Formats: sequence, C-alpha cells, structure tokens
Amino acid sequence: MHAAQILVNAVVLGCLYACIAIGFSLVWGVLNVINLIHGSFIVLGAYLAFGLYNALHISPWYSVAVAAPLFFVLGYLLQRLLLNRVITAPVLVTLTLTFGLDLILNNAMIYFFKADYRKLMLTPSLGSVSIFDVVVPVDRLIATVSALALTGVLYLLLRRSRVGRAIVAVRLDRDAAVLMGVDVKSIYAIAFGLGAALAGCAGVLMALIFPISPLTSSGYLGKAFVVCVLGGLGSVSGALAGGLLLALVEGIGSTFFGPAHATTLSFILLIIFLILRPQGLLGRKGFE
Amino acid sequence: MSEILRLENVSRHFSGLQALRDVTLAVNGGEVLGLIGPNGAGKTTLVNTICGVTPANSGKVSFDGKDITRIKTYQAARLGLSRTFQIVQPFAEFTALDNVAAAALFSQPGQSLNTAREQAMAHLVYVGLELQANQSAATLTLAMRKRLELAKALAMKPKLLFLDEVNAGLNSAEVERATKLIHELAAGGITIVMIEHLMKVVLNVCTRIAVLHNGALIADGAPREVIENPAVVEAYLGQQYTKRNAGRG
Amino acid sequence: MRKSNIVLLILLAVVAALPLVGGPYALRLGTIACMYAILALSWNVVGGFAGYPSFATAAFFGFGAYTTGVLLGKGLPLWLGVVISAVAALLVTAALGAALLRLRGHYFAIASLSLVEVLRELVNNATDLTGGGMGLNIPLVSGFGVLAEAMFFFYAMWILLLLTALMVMAVAGSKLGFGLACIRQNETASSMVGLNTTLYKSIAFGLSACFVSAAGGVYAAWVHYIDPSDVFDILYSVKPIVMALMGGLGSPLGVACGAFLYLGLEEVVWRNYIQFHTGVLGLIIVLLLLFLPHGLISLRPANLWRRVKHV
Ligand SMILES: Nc1ncnc2c1ncn2[C@@H]1O[C@H](COP(=O)(O)OP(=O)(O)OP(=O)(O)O)[C@@H](O)[C@H]1O
Ligand SMILES: [Mg+2]
Repeated sequence: MHAAQILVNAVVLGCLYACIAIGFSLVWGVLNVINLIHGSFIVLGAYLAFGLYNALHISPWYSVAVAAPLFFVLGYLLQRLLLNRVITAPVLVTLTLTFGLDLILNNAMIYFFKADYRKLMLTPSLGSVSIFDVVVPVDRLIATVSALALTGVLYLLLRRSRVGRAIVAVRLDRDAAVLMGVDVKSIYAIAFGLGAALAGCAGVLMALIFPISPLTSSGYLGKAFVVCVLGGLGSVSGALAGGLLLALVEGIGSTFFGPAHATTLSFILLIIFLILRPQGLLGRKGFE
Repeated sequence: MSEILRLENVSRHFSGLQALRDVTLAVNGGEVLGLIGPNGAGKTTLVNTICGVTPANSGKVSFDGKDITRIKTYQAARLGLSRTFQIVQPFAEFTALDNVAAAALFSQPGQSLNTAREQAMAHLVYVGLELQANQSAATLTLAMRKRLELAKALAMKPKLLFLDEVNAGLNSAEVERATKLIHELAAGGITIVMIEHLMKVVLNVCTRIAVLHNGALIADGAPREVIENPAVVEAYLGQQYTKRNAGRG
Repeated sequence: MRKSNIVLLILLAVVAALPLVGGPYALRLGTIACMYAILALSWNVVGGFAGYPSFATAAFFGFGAYTTGVLLGKGLPLWLGVVISAVAALLVTAALGAALLRLRGHYFAIASLSLVEVLRELVNNATDLTGGGMGLNIPLVSGFGVLAEAMFFFYAMWILLLLTALMVMAVAGSKLGFGLACIRQNETASSMVGLNTTLYKSIAFGLSACFVSAAGGVYAAWVHYIDPSDVFDILYSVKPIVMALMGGLGSPLGVACGAFLYLGLEEVVWRNYIQFHTGVLGLIIVLLLLFLPHGLISLRPANLWRRVKHV
C-alpha cells in the first residue's frame, strides 16, 4: 500500500475513533468516572441501526436521530438512579460498578441478539470513490463525515449553549461551579446522558462499516481508552488528535509489523503516554 | 557559626508563574531564621524546593556541603531536613502515636517498628500529646494536629527544621505554648527556618529575618533592621500603610 | 499474632480437610476456592494495603499460566515451572511497578488494565511459542487416576494459598505493611518522613503478582489447555476486587472469606442461570457496591444495631 492510501485510511478511521471516544472522554472529564459500559452502548447503538434498517428500511444516517434521544434518556436515568449514589467514592468503586453494569447489559445483548457477528448490508451497496489511486468506500466516507458532524455538534453545544458552559465549568472547577449556582447533580446526569447519546450514535455509524456483535464491545472500549490518553482527557480537539494519532500508528504499524500487532502497538503506546505524557498530546485544558 | 544550608540563584516556575526568582540565601547552624512575605510570595515553594518536592528549575542547593539540588524527597528527609506542613498532613487513619512512629521509622534506616513507637511516645510527651497517643489523627483538633506535625518533624532527628506557619489558626494561648516549644528547640541546638505571619512571634524567636516578595528575596538581616526597611514594609503591608505612616511622620 | 490471623489459619486448616469429606466435585470447587483466595489476597497487597486500584491481576495470572505451560511443554517438572513463573513475575512486575506506580487514580487503573491487553495480544501473536489464539495444550503431569489427580491439584493450590496467606500476614505486620498504609493515607507526607515510596510500591506490586502467577501455572497444568481469552480474561482482574470489597478491604481474613463467599455465589448462579451468569454476576457487583460498600463486615450484629439506632 502506498503512503497516500495509508494516510487517507488513517484519517477516515481516525475520525471514527474520535467519535467512539468522545462520549467516554466527556464522562471521564466531567464526572471523573471511567465508564466501562461505553463499549456496550456503542454495540447497542449498532443493533439499533441494524434493526431499524432491516425492519423499517431506515438508513443508518437517519437512525442517528433516533439513537441520540433514546440513549440520552438511558444514560441520564442510569446516572441519576445508580451512579450518582457512588459518585464521590474512590476510583475502585465507580470503575467496578460500571463494570458490573456492563456485564448486565452485555449479557442481555448476548441473550437477545446472540453472540454471532452480523453485518448491516446496504442494498444497493454504495460502492466506492477513487481519486488518483486512493480508494475509499462510500459507506466509510459517510460514516466519517457523520462522525465529524457529531463531534462538531458536541463542540458547539459545549461552546455556545448554557448547559454546555455549565458542563465545562463543572469540568474545570467543580467547587467554583457550585458557588456560581450550577446544579452539579443535574449537570452530571446531563453529561452522562450526552456521553451515552454519543456512544449510541457512534454505534449507529459503526454499523455501516463493522460487523456487529456483543463481543466487539471491549474492542470499542479499548479504543476509547487509548484515544483519550493519547489526545488528552476531556476535550473535543484532544479526542480528534488522539483518534488520528491512533489510526495513524495502527496503519503504519500494521504495514510494517502485520495487522495482528496493531492492537498491541496501540496499547504499548498508551502505557508509554501514560507514563511520559499523562496530559496527552494537547494537554489537559478541559472542554473548550 | 558554620553554614548549614546554601541556596544559589534558585529559581522555580509553575507553567508561566515564577514562584522563585534567583534566590540566594544561606542558613547558619544554630540560628532561627524567620522567612516572611505576603501570601503567595513563594515561602512554601522555597521549602518544597529545598526538600525535593518541587525541585529547582535552575540554581543550586547544598546542605552540609553536599549538593542536594536534585535530591529525592525521602533522601532529603534522611539527611536531616524535616518540615511541618502549612496544611497539616497527618496519616488520618493512624493513631497519633503511629503518625510519629512512621516519622521515626522511615527517616532512620535500620530502625525497627517497636523502637520507633517507643521514640514516638517520647516526642508526643514533649509536645504535650501523650493523652491523645491512641486517638486517631482524624479526631484531633487543629491545634493538636499542628503539634502532631511538630512531633513528627522532631522524630526525624532533624538538623534543619522548617516550620511552615505552625501558628496559623491557633488562639493566643496555643500560640504562646507553641512559641515556648520553638524556643526550647532552638536552645537544644536545632537550626530552624520558620515561616510565620505573626510579627510578634517572629520578633520574639528569630535571630535573623529574610523576606520574600513575588518569589524574590528583597531583604535579609537582623530582625529590627529588616522590618524597618521601607521596601519590606511596602511589600508586606501594602502601599497604603506606608503612605499613612508617612503622613503621620 | 493478631487474632484474625489465627482465625484465618484455622480456616485454611479446615479447607485442607476437604478431601476427607468430598468427592471430585468438592475437590474441583475447593481448588477454585483456593485459587480465588490467592488472587484476592494478592490483590489486597497493592489494592488494600497501598490503596492503588490495580486491574492487572489477569495479566499476572495469564503470565503465570503461559510461562508454566510453555516450560512444561519443554519437559520441565511442574514445581520448577511454577517457581520460575513466580520469580519471573515478581521481578518483572516490580520493575514495571517502578514506572506504572507513578500514576495515580484513574490513570493507574487504566494502565494496569492495559497491561492485561498488551500481554494478551503479545501471547496471541507469538504463535510459535504459545500457539496464539489456538491455545496451548499442556502435557499431563502424571498418569494417576481422576481422583488422585484432583487431590494433587487441590493440595498444590492449597499450599500456594497457605504461602500467600503467610506472605500477606507477614507484610501486614511488618515495616513494609506499615509503610504501605502510610502511602495509602498520604503519599506526599510519606515521602516527606523519609519513606522511599517508589521502592515500597514496587515491592508491593511484585508481591501481588508472584503468587497469582504461580496460581496461574498450577491452573494451566490442572486444566491441560489454556488460550489467551481464557487466562487473560479481564474478569480475573475484577473478581478479586469484588471479593475483597465483599470481605471488607484490608483485613486478610475478611478478604479470604470474601473469596470463599464469592465462589459460593458464583457456583449457585452457574448452576441455576447458566445463560445469565455474567449478568447475575454484574447484578451482584452492582448491589454490593450500592448497598454494602464496606463489605459484609458491615453486616456484623454490632453494626446493624448501630444502624437501627441511627434510624
Ligand atoms: N505545585 C504548584 N503548582 C502550581 N502553582 C504552585 C504550586 N505551588 C505553589 N504554586 C504557586 O506559587 C506561588 C507561591 O506559592 P507559595 O505557596 O509558595 O506561597 P506562600 O508564600 O507560601 O504563601 P502563603 O503565605 O499563602 O502560604 C503561588 O502563586 C502558588 O499558587
Ligand atoms: Mg505557604
């Protein structure tokens, strides 16, 4: 494969990775919770897209509009009813709790959807475009553009809206935010809801490209970890930078060492970053 | 008097904020040096830099003739540098006794836990906390926790002791009691650097005073001289005070 | 010696008498019980004593299973393979610890979790040595019958558990344990009183790995076949934490009881809800954390009484 193709692939994949990680990063940054259900939310979103397409013939890019409110409510309630009770507990407790929740959700998915891999087949297939000799399948292109659009929406939301500013305030300094009259509890729930909505939407987009199975959830979660640490926690631009870097490293790594080593490489990179540059590529500035 | 600690052109910044600028300072064995300056002047940072918590970005620190600029915190402690924290840092779940025992245990290599506890009791008696020995540190009053800090620092058999605002937050009886303790320590031959906002205490116990302002050393000398130095008065008490005094005079 | 330590040793002696009353099924459960207790007690050294949220247990377990598995394949006797696994884990982990334990909180948790991923992928890809995703067949240790073999592995695991318990008690009562307790409470203050925190944390991390690795080795020989997704299962990292939380963090007796109790629950769930066993496990975790955050110790009559009075 030549350099231009590797680069284009990396950019396409990098945007998707950013989209996978952004909700995870938001929750981690704002609530200080590592949300291990994130991967299963993504898979659930993919099943939603799969179901809507096969049953009602709704194309995945429209399903995003269905997934966003559904997952928001799911996340909001989950935080309000369960997570909020342990929000001040040590890392060990919040992490183990979300792990338990993930086990439940994942088991339920295996029960209802079975563990086999399915693929959402668009009919007719969209084919691919090629410019010079760089080839990109159209479904991937659509997913990438939608992923970018989603990140853009989140960016604007955080930047422009009242709620967004409150979320950023809580992320930067919780106590100061309380003094300014921000209702931290509801901001936590909204942020968690947003994180879930982003995961669900990311899942819908992933359904365009990747096979769907409950077994893929840990893979998505792993990507989210790596992207967050590489790019720096809690910013939209950080997630984009992290996603691109990860995709580039994986692309180059699999060209030189073979595709099997791509994941290993990305986790080794993660550990190196954690030790040498825990603030990530773009620093820990916070959400815009 | 021989020199025990020497700082040469020590600077330290925190991403943009210059907390220490080119500080050059010597501390002589046996003296009680008062380190004063307004809030945020860099006093605590100076102690942290000497103890290896936030090492200097440039400059040199030497202690007892050894270069300790890049020393690790625990090594500094074992060399005989000890300090109390401005914001008390007890081991909250431990009893007062075990707090002090930890200091005795780890500051001297080869120490056993039992001997450390015995020594710890002696230090608790010295600072007047023997009745609280088996009480958990979290339940002590602020004044008691400050004395616990002192007992911990003493248990490390310090050659040079930094006291970071040991009197802040105490009432006048408690301050008097602490001042008496410091006098005794100084008489016992420990070199002391004390950071203190209460001028009465400073003038009472210090043999010399150094003044930090915005990270720079602006005065260093005998107590009376220093507090009458106009630059110090201005930095420490603000321009208003200087003007008002000038008006009166 | 502390009273609870004596109780723990008595408990272990009782467990050792299991073969007198049970058949192969009881022996299988007993072996797993010992294994779980090893994992939980070991985790407690770094997670309970030093307060570092380690999710690396599965990495140590898989490391031991594969090291022993490969060595057995080369014809080494089991005991030697296990000893080598334990020592290698101790050294490698202590060295790694010096770097990883500079991280705190979430960052340490993520790094330790990643360790599992890295090792699993490495084993997956080193096909020549490990068989990769196809798994590794491990030669039978000896030719004795089913019951004798079950007995052998039960006692092998039990001896490891005894060693682990002795190690944990020794640590708890020593200068090392005292230092780890200091680190858990206030790391800055610890180094300020002359405690070499890096050294202490590394030793703790190494100790928390070595018996887990040995248990992985015995496990590999016991089940004759391992593959990366089995022995590097992240559940091996989470279960010990749940057990320790169940028993109440820190106390070796509590942690061991937590492990046995957890196994009991797991077995009931396995038998009755095979399709939902991970889901029910998740439910147990969630309920435990929400309603009994201080472990079952908080269910002691005295505490219950206090709670009633409180209401
Ligand atoms: N670890 C740190 N990271 C970032 N900034 C720091 C750090 N430590 C100190 N500073 C900053 O350096 C400056 C000097 O702080 P320092 O605590 O040394 O002042 P101080 O003279 O002890 O003041 P006070 O009388 O209030 O105790 C302050 O602006 C402080 O915010
Ligand atoms: Mg200060």
